Amino acid sequence: MKDAAALQKREKGEPLFHITKRAEIVWWKAWLIRLAAIAASLIVCAVISLLLGDINPFSFFGSMLNGAFGTARRCWNLFYELAILLSISLAVTPAFKMRFWNIGAEGQALIGGLATAACMYYFGGRIPTPLLFVVMIAASILAGMIWAVIPAVFKAFWNTNETLFTLMMNYVAIQLVTFMINFWVTSGSGTLPPMSAYALPTVGNAWILNILVVALLTVAVYIYLRFSKHGYELSVVGESENTALYVGINVKKVIIRTMLLSGALCGVTGLLLVGGTDHTISTSTVGGRGFTAIMVSWLGRFNPLFMVLTSFLLAFLKAGANQVSNDYKMNGSISDIITAVILFFVIGCEFFIQYRIAFRKHGKEEK
Amino acid sequence: MPAFFSELIAILSRAIASGMPFLYGSTGETLTEKSGHLNLGIPGIMCVGASSGCVAIAAYAGSVGGLENGNPFLCLLLSVLASVSGGVLMGLIYCFLTVTLRANQNVTGLALTTFGTGVSTYMISKVENADFVPANKFFTYSVRNAVGHNAFTDSWFGELFLSYGFMIYLAIIIAVIAAYVLKKTRIGLNLRAVGENPATADAAGVNVSRYKYVFTCIGSGIAALGGLCYIMDNLNGNWEYSISEIGWLSIALVIFTLWRPNLGILGSVVFGALRILGNSNFIRGVDKSILQMLPYLVTILVLVVVSMRNRRENQPPAHLGQNYFREER
Amino acid sequence: MTRPAIELRGITKTFGSIVANKNIDLDVRYGEILSILGENGSGKTTLMNMISGIYFPDAGQILINGHEVVIRSPKDAFAHGIGMIHQHFKLVDVFSAAENIVLGHEEKRFNKKAIAAEVREICELYGFDVDPEKKIYEMSVSEKQTVEIIKVLYRGADILILDEPTAVLTPQETEKLFAVLRRMRDAGKAIVIITHKLHEVLSLSDRVSVLRKGEYIGTVKTAETDETALTEMMVGKKVSLNIERNDPKSLEKRLEVKDLTCIDREGTQVLSNISFSANGGEILGIAGIAGSGQRELLEAIAGLQKYQTGEILYFDPATGETESLKDKTPMQIRELGVRLSFVPEDRLGMGLVGNMDIVDNMMLRSYRGGKSAFLDRKKPKDLADEIIEELEVATPGVHTQVRKLSGGNVQKVLVGREIAAAPTVFMAAYPVRGLDINSSYMIYNLLNKQKENGVAVIFVGEDLDVLIELCDRILVIGSGQITGLVDARRVTKEEIGLLMTRSVSSDGAAPEKEGEKE
Repeated sequence: MKDAAALQKREKGEPLFHITKRAEIVWWKAWLIRLAAIAASLIVCAVISLLLGDINPFSFFGSMLNGAFGTARRCWNLFYELAILLSISLAVTPAFKMRFWNIGAEGQALIGGLATAACMYYFGGRIPTPLLFVVMIAASILAGMIWAVIPAVFKAFWNTNETLFTLMMNYVAIQLVTFMINFWVTSGSGTLPPMSAYALPTVGNAWILNILVVALLTVAVYIYLRFSKHGYELSVVGESENTALYVGINVKKVIIRTMLLSGALCGVTGLLLVGGTDHTISTSTVGGRGFTAIMVSWLGRFNPLFMVLTSFLLAFLKAGANQVSNDYKMNGSISDIITAVILFFVIGCEFFIQYRIAFRKHGKEEK
Repeated sequence: MPAFFSELIAILSRAIASGMPFLYGSTGETLTEKSGHLNLGIPGIMCVGASSGCVAIAAYAGSVGGLENGNPFLCLLLSVLASVSGGVLMGLIYCFLTVTLRANQNVTGLALTTFGTGVSTYMISKVENADFVPANKFFTYSVRNAVGHNAFTDSWFGELFLSYGFMIYLAIIIAVIAAYVLKKTRIGLNLRAVGENPATADAAGVNVSRYKYVFTCIGSGIAALGGLCYIMDNLNGNWEYSISEIGWLSIALVIFTLWRPNLGILGSVVFGALRILGNSNFIRGVDKSILQMLPYLVTILVLVVVSMRNRRENQPPAHLGQNYFREER
Repeated sequence: MTRPAIELRGITKTFGSIVANKNIDLDVRYGEILSILGENGSGKTTLMNMISGIYFPDAGQILINGHEVVIRSPKDAFAHGIGMIHQHFKLVDVFSAAENIVLGHEEKRFNKKAIAAEVREICELYGFDVDPEKKIYEMSVSEKQTVEIIKVLYRGADILILDEPTAVLTPQETEKLFAVLRRMRDAGKAIVIITHKLHEVLSLSDRVSVLRKGEYIGTVKTAETDETALTEMMVGKKVSLNIERNDPKSLEKRLEVKDLTCIDREGTQVLSNISFSANGGEILGIAGIAGSGQRELLEAIAGLQKYQTGEILYFDPATGETESLKDKTPMQIRELGVRLSFVPEDRLGMGLVGNMDIVDNMMLRSYRGGKSAFLDRKKPKDLADEIIEELEVATPGVHTQVRKLSGGNVQKVLVGREIAAAPTVFMAAYPVRGLDINSSYMIYNLLNKQKENGVAVIFVGEDLDVLIELCDRILVIGSGQITGLVDARRVTKEEIGLLMTRSVSSDGAAPEKEGEKE
């Protein structure tokens, strides 16, 4: 009798399940969980668009696919977007692997773009074009490096919080761009007319050069992280600063060196955006890709090859969602909402990869 | 009064008003960060807070057939409640992902900002501006409006203390309460312990997850009001997409004031001053964009100075940005 | 017959594939001190964590005061009157003692004066001495422990669980603690003390329960048992405690530390006027209470810790030259041709990178070799294979992340790598902590082999028996000062124990007091 009461009490009081950390998960299971999350998120997105815009799910997905692959131009655009996003993601990845939360890629790329624009503005037509390109490349890389190395120096010597520092640097960069545009454009219109005469040469069409450059960068960054001594050092610093000191790695030097690289790659992105496609600069030239890149890099587990997939996912979402909002006259909001919802699912599903939910088995030990 | 002095008072008064959206944001974010969570979704939360509040006004106006027929108090109450609820819902999304599912806080926060921007754009696109803009007169209704202009209300005292709408005072009241709760109460003690050392708080019997949920959501609700305050008070109801910028600056303000809401009151006025200086003619010959850069530069400076001095009491909560799992081995 | 406080029935807990506790039955009674004895890794702490609500058992029942209960969280445990003092103190550093004591305790009023008064009352009752306003980060280890105990008592706990409470205390502080515990027992509380030190078990407890490899072995009355019987229960079969030791031959001076004084970042003097020399061909032991400056000393030699005055000299056996290591980084020390190996206390946090595989961990010391900008993974892989084979490292393969290995295997990987560097000076801090007996002996043998090869071995240990049996000379430090240098073949444990505490002047009065009581 007493046992029965105890049992009853116990069933009431016990947690239904509890969470334990997984020892290991087979890779295909992990990817299955991720795919399931994306599938689930797409369903939720369809429901959302049904509720918000009265769009039926089939035309919703059709519209998304159409936006991404509907025409040859859209395909090119998709791959171009993928390339640009990937190049910023590649830039932040070495820093992230070092556990340096560089969320200032937006500003670093913008400042690289600004340097490019300044070269075009001041030297365009005054020096031979091949020399101009060299100056543009050097200036954009240098500008990105400067913007990235400032927080790195303070992190290295005084352990200043880099997340907040780099975040602030973004807005300083944005204001600097506004200032320069006002300085250059005396009419007060606030927009700098395109300087297409001094644009980087095109290969085939307007997008191919960018895509090729980024493809090369992807391989280079992968090799750098996986096989170079520098890449090894920054992983050690990221995993454990104590270990790095113990084996005699100069942590300050590695932090500064890695951020110089990170900034240089961001500068290249700025160069591609301004010199390659836009031929002008505005505060929205980078367009939030610096922040999206953080998610691309994190979702791709800081592996450049996986990041090709994650930047494809995000580029596809952007193109597809834009098409949805165009087709159904919904302004840009639906694109942000859909992107965010899918991200929520993808971010959240990592939990099921790392943890296991165990339902408690009731023992038979009662006599 | 000498012209210079009155100009100074006018600027200070405007600085106070335009600083309060930051104060909402930073008070909210401070509570969240004290629980150990760096919520980079604050800009998105402030957007949603603003749009929910505006949509609530429009809905109310619609239900009574125009704002002029409605009750101003009810209108304000509904708007504030809607704004807070919007913020709390956003906070819940963030908590579910970072507390329950232990997702990376930075990534979740950034995704939440994207989400919030989208949601607020959608909400605002569904109502007519004319339905909520007129409500700005309720928001900016001050003591001076109530008793009329006279020698007293127009004096420097009146200008500095009696010329604001209710949301300005509310921001300060909330900040003072938050400072009191953090420093003087058992709940505040438990909350700080959760952010400093969750394992210790857990072993002492504090429900870590509950504290994280409750204070992140309360923080989000408070931050949401910042968005509403910015649109309906500072901008007189004119919708603008610069809310997210206020959000980023609010996060900066948390650092600027060393995680203390009472210092936040002063800090927000400094930020407000820097912001309006950018738009005023007070300093001539300096480009606007350089002045607008100042709040960020000042925050960077504080960040650097604090890290160089490295005092134990001024550091961020020790477990900021790290999720907690009890059975971690 | 005293009333049972806790009864455990068939408790089982697993972590992944590791069974930490298997079908454990145990009784704890009021008015008694129960020791839970077992080697490191035998599941003592896991078991107690389930009673205090940190872990949740996979199967089994817990009965408190005869009623079955469910303990889901530490809060539930408190509600049942259970308080645990963890080995790693659960205190918030930036809080004061009083703030830590009331943390999580639910009472309507939050009155600082009332709290301080209550804390003072508890202090008087059991003879504690603590300043409620003092911040934890300004406290010594024993003060912190006192705060932990008061915290538990403040909540009105009747069942106290202490996890390895003496690990960080001086013998005097230990006696003081034991006196407090006896007073609590006499006041009718149930006390559980987790330990692996036999003499403490025998001097303090009324009954002993023994665990081995996660299983319950049995419970005996302390009065009816002795050291040998308990050891047998603890380790299973009878093991030879003799560690092989050859007489040192061809001693030559390898390292000399002169007047080393070191002030750490917080401004406390962690080492003062340390002078000694280490010779090739011998094992120099370093004994002392944990946190007396051992870590700083080794790190100063390795170039990881800056020191204000003094000098460290290295005598190169190959060239016969003398090099000063002062103000040199680990990199510069290596470039001087000093072959220094160091097995630090924090294996996964310092010696190895937990998230990297064995091969990548092998490269940590050697990856810089060669002019290429790229890594050579071939040699590290060969080394990894060799170490796995020779030291019998249990691992699925060379590409397994090190953090997934068990404690003993992690240590084998680390020691193996450090030995592979062919050192002339080999330093090891607590190299057998947390290891089972077989692994421990393997480490002792490796150290002995180094000694025979003419390496200067410096061994920082906590178990005095091991120090006395393994080392040739023992350097004793207390509060950052050298308090003695003794011949390991002649010294007794008691003598070392006394030396360890000699310079701790603030507690100097304690032993006599205890003497009166006994």
